[in-house]
Amino acid sequence: MKEIFNINGKNKKIELRPDSTLLEALRDNGFTEVKNGCEEGQCGACLVLVDDVSVNSCQILAMSVKDQTIVTSKGLGDQHKPSIIQEAYVDAGAVQCGFCTPGFVISTYSLLKKNPNPTEEEIKSALDGNLCRCTGYIKIIDAVKLAAKRMNGGEDNEK
Amino acid sequence: MKNNFKTVNHSVRKIDGLGLATGEELFTDDYDIRDCAVIKLMPSPYAYAEITDIDESEALKMEGVIDVLSYKNVERIMHTTAGQSYPEPAPYDCAIFDNTVRFVGDKVLAVIAEDEKTALKAIKKIKVKYNILEPALDYEKSEDRETSRVHTEKDAIQIIPIKFQPEKNIASEVNAVVGDVEKGYKESDEVMEDTFYTQYAHHCMMEPSSTKGYIDGRGRLVLITSTQVPFHTRRIVSHATKIPVSKIRVIKPRIGGGFGNKQEALLEPIVAFAVWKHRIPIKLILKRDEVFVFSRTRHPFRIKYKVGFNKNGEIKAIHLDALQNTGAFGTHALTVVSCVGSKILPLLNKIPNMLFTGKAVYTNLPAGGAYRGYGATQGYFAYTQMIDVICEKCGIDQAEYYKKWHIKTGETSEIFKALGEGKPGHIFKIDSCELTQCIDKGAEAIDWKSKKAKYSFKNKKNKNERYIKGIGMGCFMQGSSVPYIDMASVYIKMNDDGSFNLNLGATDLGTGSDTVLSQIAAEVLETSINNILVISSDTDVTPFDVGAYASSTTYLSGLAVKDCAEKIKKIIKKHAAKKLAVKEEDIDLFEGNAFIKGSKDSCSYGEICTSAMHIDEMEQIQATSSRVSKSSPPPFSAHFAEIVIDTLTGNIKVEKYVTATDCGVCINPKLAEGQVEGALVNGLSYALIEDYSFSKKGNMMNNGFGKYKIYTAADLPEIITIMAENSYENTGPYGAKSVAEVCINGPIPVIANAFYNATGKRLHKAPFKPEYILEILGE
Ligand code: FES
Ligand code: FES
Repeated sequence: MKEIFNINGKNKKIELRPDSTLLEALRDNGFTEVKNGCEEGQCGACLVLVDDVSVNSCQILAMSVKDQTIVTSKGLGDQHKPSIIQEAYVDAGAVQCGFCTPGFVISTYSLLKKNPNPTEEEIKSALDGNLCRCTGYIKIIDAVKLAAKRMNGGEDNEK
Repeated sequence: MKNNFKTVNHSVRKIDGLGLATGEELFTDDYDIRDCAVIKLMPSPYAYAEITDIDESEALKMEGVIDVLSYKNVERIMHTTAGQSYPEPAPYDCAIFDNTVRFVGDKVLAVIAEDEKTALKAIKKIKVKYNILEPALDYEKSEDRETSRVHTEKDAIQIIPIKFQPEKNIASEVNAVVGDVEKGYKESDEVMEDTFYTQYAHHCMMEPSSTKGYIDGRGRLVLITSTQVPFHTRRIVSHATKIPVSKIRVIKPRIGGGFGNKQEALLEPIVAFAVWKHRIPIKLILKRDEVFVFSRTRHPFRIKYKVGFNKNGEIKAIHLDALQNTGAFGTHALTVVSCVGSKILPLLNKIPNMLFTGKAVYTNLPAGGAYRGYGATQGYFAYTQMIDVICEKCGIDQAEYYKKWHIKTGETSEIFKALGEGKPGHIFKIDSCELTQCIDKGAEAIDWKSKKAKYSFKNKKNKNERYIKGIGMGCFMQGSSVPYIDMASVYIKMNDDGSFNLNLGATDLGTGSDTVLSQIAAEVLETSINNILVISSDTDVTPFDVGAYASSTTYLSGLAVKDCAEKIKKIIKKHAAKKLAVKEEDIDLFEGNAFIKGSKDSCSYGEICTSAMHIDEMEQIQATSSRVSKSSPPPFSAHFAEIVIDTLTGNIKVEKYVTATDCGVCINPKLAEGQVEGALVNGLSYALIEDYSFSKKGNMMNNGFGKYKIYTAADLPEIITIMAENSYENTGPYGAKSVAEVCINGPIPVIANAFYNATGKRLHKAPFKPEYILEILGE
């Protein structure tokens, strides 16, 4: 069946089944920046914003959020116009294989929106639902701090 | 040593970083191939069984089901899935489909269907009859007479002359001798022995194993696949399916981590066979629960040491014995066992008598494979605690002990020669070793000496405190490539705007090697990294490289890039000299321009290439290079950990962990640190929480991230990452050696040593879960 969804600020007709998860529906329709790392709600690779709240898209049915706005990592910024968070991840060396990164970008967005000046402990607990096997998280935490600093207009010596 | 590098040794941004962060870079399953059918594998419900009948007739009647592949209709060609150079030192002990299944989750058959749901339904309709066999589940008993033999098929072979004895359940065996250990024990003041066990673990790369295939416009098979070894994969697929190499193109897109797991041609032969037969696009993407069981794992080991030493701590003889549970297949069996000796014994190279005995035995459990650390991780558990025991017994500080005895620049180890990969190794001298610096810096960062005394169980006044602290240390080494086995090659051509295409066989599996190798090219070519355009790992387009393993890419592929870029540089100079009407020696290259030495007269790279291509010589400025490694310079690392033990719950919390690592010159310091930290945190997770739990029948019970927990950001201790200064490896490109693996070796033994410091007790079994800790504390 075909349904209209609001994804990354645009209404888009997408092809899906009634029982498609949001993850399946997005990936099947070209939103491959949303990754499938486990389909069990454990890894955070599939995180998207649903009405500005981060959600594991593998854990909900697409039809259940049909009337809500959906934003993926690419909706926050693309190479042409990257978001501060995405840039910070690259500058901090927080991207290795990058399979986890779009999910981390979404988590970081959610955190910084609620809490523009998170402490190290707050960052760690906000990222607890995202798995990364490459980085050991240290540079990811640096990236969140860097993004916060830049968003707050702070001096940026890194760049 | 003062380096004036312009691009090398700078933390330039990872070239694919932004595209990955936004999600625009593509991984295997992101490629949009229309009407792509799917493969689903039927997992074996039994640890060991013979398939006596398959009735797929009901499934084949279903709409959307394309085919069912099994031993009944797929030619049996024995091969190994190990992605290693030919001839592989791994037994040819598997076929694409077999009439025997050898572990719970082994592939019985494959359904090809138009979509996943249909494939899953079809699997339910297939009736399989089994003759259930008694499985071999305890690897310490694998060789016992009463234990079933896992490989009784007559056609399993080992293609090089190394010991392969399936009739004894032995996949591989290796021994190496230096001096005479018995004599050494006799000369020792004390001889002691001990035994240690390490567990199964998974790589948990975030991208599941994935392969897609289709037939291109010229009838050739294209495989887009998440692999660390595209060229080995092409060869293995060709062998296993009889599709000629000339008809196969393997493309590696972005990969979501490998850590050794994807050094295997595991899914590719299945997909290749299916696509070749049906001439349609087909994909096979494992689900996470399948990834845990069906893809490769870290081999569990039993490691024993017997050591003779004198009162002053001098070791006279050591015997290291490694028994590996290789699981159902012997992929990487021999080489992982060998590395227990070859990546550990050279560390204290002055021991006159050394014996290494290693054996890999089959069981009816998931197959082991390559995993970051590659046997060294398992072996150091025993070895590093052994050093700790000697130091404690002899009253010598561990840091001082390592500083005295560790291998130094200009020295060698007999082990390099005695222990190769399926054949003798090669002797080489250590060209760079800053381990002493690492030990000093690490010790200072954690305040080693005073904390060691303060936390020591010997000095504890209150024996009944709930939380007790401890501190431990250890030193580690690995290698950089496998000498005279690993080869890397590169092609560079120049474009008319002065940019360069860098075509690499090397495989970036997320580590950043595309970036690091571009930096090396930019450095040689006196240009910005933005002018280096990388394509890597496409068997049609890029020259051969063994792939991403054995910590070889920065070192060996880096050497090939440097060599190739230097050839290009010469050609540029030649053209510039002609253009500027001077001798080649009078040309200097600087920031994309050729200058006459000492003058401002210049021409740009763009002008040089344009005239070379279109006006004057009418030629393409291009070069190729291929390099074989002649040495395997070890990176070194000193690790220190401070822990807190909750004696009530048995929980161990690492409070602070310091690594100080010598990897030569860091081509990209941030990426190098990322390798250290990624390996370390993976190691911490392995040491404390990761394990496979099996049912009595050999069924993995925790094959999902819900039950198989790995470290998250919330679990991190305070981590301090120190990179050694002034280390320069002359045999490497711009002084570099490897960094990816060495740090995963630290956490298990270093935490165990800290546990001893706190309690006076030794840990013998990883992981250090609360139940085990309580058991040890209660003893
Ligand atoms: S794919 Fe959704 S949480 Fe892992
Ligand atoms: S960068 Fe590879 S999983 Fe996070």
